[in-house]
Amino acid sequence: MSTALLDIHGLRHTFPKADGGDLLVLDGIELEVAQGQIVGLLGRTGSGKSTLLRLIAGLAQPSDGTVTYLGQPVNGPAPGIAMVFQGFALFPWLTVLENVQLGLEALGLPEPEIRKRALAAIDLIGLDGYESAYPRELSGGMRQRVGFARALVVHPNILLMDEPFSALDVLTAETLRTDFLELWGDGKLPIKGVILVTHNIEEAVLMCDRILLFSNNPGRIIREIAVDLRQPRNRLDPQFRDLVEKIYVAMTARTPAAQTERQITINTALPRVSANLFSGLIETLAAAPYSGRADLPVLADELHMEIDDLFPVAEAMQMFHFAEVEGGDIKLTDTGKQFVELGTDDRKKLFQRQMLTYIPLAAHIRRVLQERANHVAPRSRFLDELEDHMSTDDAEHTLRAVTAWGRFGEAFAYDDDSGMFSLENPT
Amino acid sequence: MRVFVPISVGGWARLFSRWDVLAVLLILGLLVFLGTASRHLFQPLAELQRSPPSLDPVNLPEYAARTTLRMLVAMALSLLFTFTYATLAAKSRRAERLLIPMLDILQSVPILGFISVTVVFFMALAPGKVLGAEFAAIFAIFTSQAWNMAFSFYQSLRTVPTELIEASRNFRLTPWMSFWRVDVPFAMPQLIWNMMMSMSGSWFFVVASEAISVGNTTVTLPGVGSYIALAIQQQNLRAVGWAIGTMLVVILIYDQVLFRPLVAWADRFRFEQEPGIIAPRSWVLDILRRSRIVDRMTRPFAALWHYTMIPHRPNVEVAVKHAPQTRRGWIAFQSGLIVSVLAALALWQSASFILEGIKLADVGTTLLLGLATLARVVVLIALASAIWVPVGVWVGTRPYAALLVQPVAQFLAAFPANVLFPIVVSLIVAWKLNPNIWLSPLMILGTQWYILFNVIAGASALPAELRAAGANFRIRGWLWWRRIALPAVLPYYVTGAITASGGSWNASIVAEVASWGNERLEAKGLGAYIAQQTDAGNFHHIVLGIAVMSLYVVIINRVFWRPLYLYAERKFRLG
Repeated sequence: MSTALLDIHGLRHTFPKADGGDLLVLDGIELEVAQGQIVGLLGRTGSGKSTLLRLIAGLAQPSDGTVTYLGQPVNGPAPGIAMVFQGFALFPWLTVLENVQLGLEALGLPEPEIRKRALAAIDLIGLDGYESAYPRELSGGMRQRVGFARALVVHPNILLMDEPFSALDVLTAETLRTDFLELWGDGKLPIKGVILVTHNIEEAVLMCDRILLFSNNPGRIIREIAVDLRQPRNRLDPQFRDLVEKIYVAMTARTPAAQTERQITINTALPRVSANLFSGLIETLAAAPYSGRADLPVLADELHMEIDDLFPVAEAMQMFHFAEVEGGDIKLTDTGKQFVELGTDDRKKLFQRQMLTYIPLAAHIRRVLQERANHVAPRSRFLDELEDHMSTDDAEHTLRAVTAWGRFGEAFAYDDDSGMFSLENPT
Repeated sequence: MRVFVPISVGGWARLFSRWDVLAVLLILGLLVFLGTASRHLFQPLAELQRSPPSLDPVNLPEYAARTTLRMLVAMALSLLFTFTYATLAAKSRRAERLLIPMLDILQSVPILGFISVTVVFFMALAPGKVLGAEFAAIFAIFTSQAWNMAFSFYQSLRTVPTELIEASRNFRLTPWMSFWRVDVPFAMPQLIWNMMMSMSGSWFFVVASEAISVGNTTVTLPGVGSYIALAIQQQNLRAVGWAIGTMLVVILIYDQVLFRPLVAWADRFRFEQEPGIIAPRSWVLDILRRSRIVDRMTRPFAALWHYTMIPHRPNVEVAVKHAPQTRRGWIAFQSGLIVSVLAALALWQSASFILEGIKLADVGTTLLLGLATLARVVVLIALASAIWVPVGVWVGTRPYAALLVQPVAQFLAAFPANVLFPIVVSLIVAWKLNPNIWLSPLMILGTQWYILFNVIAGASALPAELRAAGANFRIRGWLWWRRIALPAVLPYYVTGAITASGGSWNASIVAEVASWGNERLEAKGLGAYIAQQTDAGNFHHIVLGIAVMSLYVVIINRVFWRPLYLYAERKFRLG
């Protein structure tokens, strides 16, 4: 181990908001990547982990703090840092070979060397025979192999991976992970370190030497977990399961629980969860084998949900006081159990009651509508209020979430053509 | 970049393939065409007067060649304009603020107005030479081609997927390289489609631009357009027929030799690759691709091109420009200031120019005349919609019919309606009809097809599942039109109607005044006004007429078409 490959110190990043203010997305990030490590950045959507990856790649500049690569500050796309993208980002008008060669052409290397290295990378990554194919002729797995070959051919010191397996089906993703780990373990890859962004807990435990857990809004590193298991790792190994459980506990201890403790206000960003998913999960939890209480990793596994799918529902159920989340477990409250017993109309009434009691934004909209003589109010009014406190996207999502809930609970109606909330549904 | 094949692979089995022979023929033909078409450029203008165009059909091949060359040169200029203007607008926030509204206005200025105003300037560029008049004609054709191409390119550049941009930056492509390897390929399919539309549209103006007559300046450039003008003047129907035939052949040739290969070649640049779509083919492209001679001849150029892509200065880190908040505000203020000063200057210039020779009453008159033309455009678009929307839906929901009708409609759009004027004029004269009413349909003769083929495209895009659902619930008759067909084609229809309406305004300058020999018919309208003032060489009034017409077009676009388009996009766009 010589000098650190990458050193991030005191990093802070903001995005400009619609009203001219700044929205904090990353705060107080400290990170050192040594040679020979695979470091995982694990968190939910909106935790700023992809943004951090782009800051490391030099695609954007941090608002504050430093990113140092091999002792040099990163001021723009640096040689020796290559990226693999979630959506592959292949150029559809270039063949596999041309896609792989592109990065080398940009380096201005002589033609024979470009060909030699490109063919070697294609060979290494198992793309032999596909050189003259266009990306559209390939399956998703093969396309991402091209993405890997294209990144590796420039012989980067650091390989950045932005959820590289999340657009692939389960089996293909597993094959690609195993192949990658094998090449990495055999020292066949021309890279010295890897940073992997993921929201898949098992993927992180399977691949990484260190896992950094990110909190949401703003993104902070809340915990670092070292994975000392030997490669190749076995998902069924009790030690592996323990680590997964430990991460679930760490993530639930922090995010949804903290949300309820911190009083929910009119301006709290709401998760966009459909009422159907809501009811479905409550019913599943109430029934056997869970009988009102479930271990989150087990539930996630059983329902084939990743944390990005599961956590928002859990969070929303907690906001409505239908469930409680603690220590990696989710438990139905009495209200939650009561919900299951009811018929459709009564469920809606209960849903409405919980919403107007515990979701201040819903109560606020309802109150405004009641106070107005004609019982209508424009959507833009509430959107503007929200945008003062969160990003335009979050405001949009939050308002959509509360609109959908308001419709399900029949607390208020919304007409998209006129952009108006009202108390009355069309009769 | 092509995969390099060592020379020995082909062996000596055959020195020349039949593809080589065909390719050589194609290239020779192209050279001969360029030679004949351009050889008169440096003749003195007087030469033109000494050998005026004649109606002898023997001359038509040469005329056709010269006209086509003008159109191609204009197309090359339009591409150059597109690559620079649109790129600047897409890459620089500050430039965008000015350039895009400017493009919007330029689009609304009647194209024939450009000719009247600029011809003197271009004649002065090459005094006494044919070249000057050629410049003027080419510029007029350019103005009928460039704007929509630039718009399409700008919009494509704005929609390049973020990950592709990030990938090209991550692999540190130079700006030049990423322009040609990322931006241009991504924009290519849409751009080629617009090039075809432009080429079609410009035929209409070829006729007007080759017989330039502004006040005392009259220049007739040999070409199909001036041939038609002469035929109309001499009331020679047979010659009109010859001209139409020639145009047909020319359109067919450049479709086969230029656009079909381009479309087939650009197919690989389509970003979304839906399966099941048959890739377009072109025999010309096949010949060029399979010929070894062409391959060998183009190799040096390819190598040269490739050479420009190699980063020659050390490929150092490209710093990310990130203006701090306060500076951003300052820059916005500065650019705002510059733009306002420029705008004030331009306003002062044109206002003082117009006011010099114009009374307030003239302004009132042109505004009123504009209303007359507006009424025509509105009625005609409504009529054309009432006819072509049902036809388009009927055709579009029958794939086989669509396959047959679509190319015909596109051809009709390419067809310059002015060659049909003689027939209409003689009918009006013969039956003593009111020109104020009966000249009007000429305005929409060429542009109505945009409505038809956009509606066909919309109806064929209606998913089979939705049609099946409609059939399953036994939705028929008016309900089917109201709930299924019309909403589905609305976004497409609006696109077509915008083009048709803009084109009709443009055409009014030609259509409100029509002549056949000595018969001259005039309708009251802004188009006729501009045409009259052009004949009289009355610059102040020409500029006034053009300004008022642009004003009408811009206002109608802003208050009617744009909101309608946004509404249709939001509410009815499928998927």
